[in-house]
Amino acid sequence: MTDVYRALADETRRALLDELVQRDEQTLFELCSKLAMNHNLTPSRQAVSQHLDVLETAGLVRTERRGRYKFHTIDTAPLAEIAERWPRGKAQS
Amino acid sequence: MKLHTVSIFVDDQQRAVEFYTGRLGFAVSADIPMGEHRWLTIVDPERPDGTQLSLEPKDHPAVGPFTEALATDGIPFCVLGVDDVQAEYDRLTALGETFTQPPTAMGPVIIATLDDTCGNLLQLAQFTG
Repeated sequence: MTDVYRALADETRRALLDELVQRDEQTLFELCSKLAMNHNLTPSRQAVSQHLDVLETAGLVRTERRGRYKFHTIDTAPLAEIAERWPRGKAQS
Repeated sequence: MKLHTVSIFVDDQQRAVEFYTGRLGFAVSADIPMGEHRWLTIVDPERPDGTQLSLEPKDHPAVGPFTEALATDGIPFCVLGVDDVQAEYDRLTALGETFTQPPTAMGPVIIATLDDTCGNLLQLAQFTG
């Protein structure tokens, strides 16, 4: 779980998740465009690619190569574990 | 000085000219045999004196890795202006063409990203002001 908290600690990575939750299967190009348009964030493509790698390591993003293209999809399962750990734990006690 | 011709690298010139004329509606401007390949350009039929797009064979060894890297990251090679991105998306999808990005509002423009079937991505852009 350590990776999840580190992944969420960064504003750009949270913005990437905000965009991916709107639609699955986005390319690096599309995500870079949306960071600029919707979040006023303009890191280099390389930096965005590294942010996506951090999210993927944390299990929050899955990548799929289809044909010549690489698509990114959000996986919220690790976040559900957070909800299990504190909010629900409190409610049950 | 004016912008006369720009180039796009294609896997196969014949397939490219079929896609750009048959699917997208461009017209052939020049088609001159050049040994193994052709000097092959297309143009907007409504503006025959406008900028031509040269469909260049991918001979140079650097071109393959370059175009592959752009395609992997979903980066379009050039932008084509259209009146209605959604209508083009619907029309081309019905013909079996592939988009890597459906019509998406991006501030003053609606864009979509289309596979040209010969190695490149094209951005369709509708300028909404």
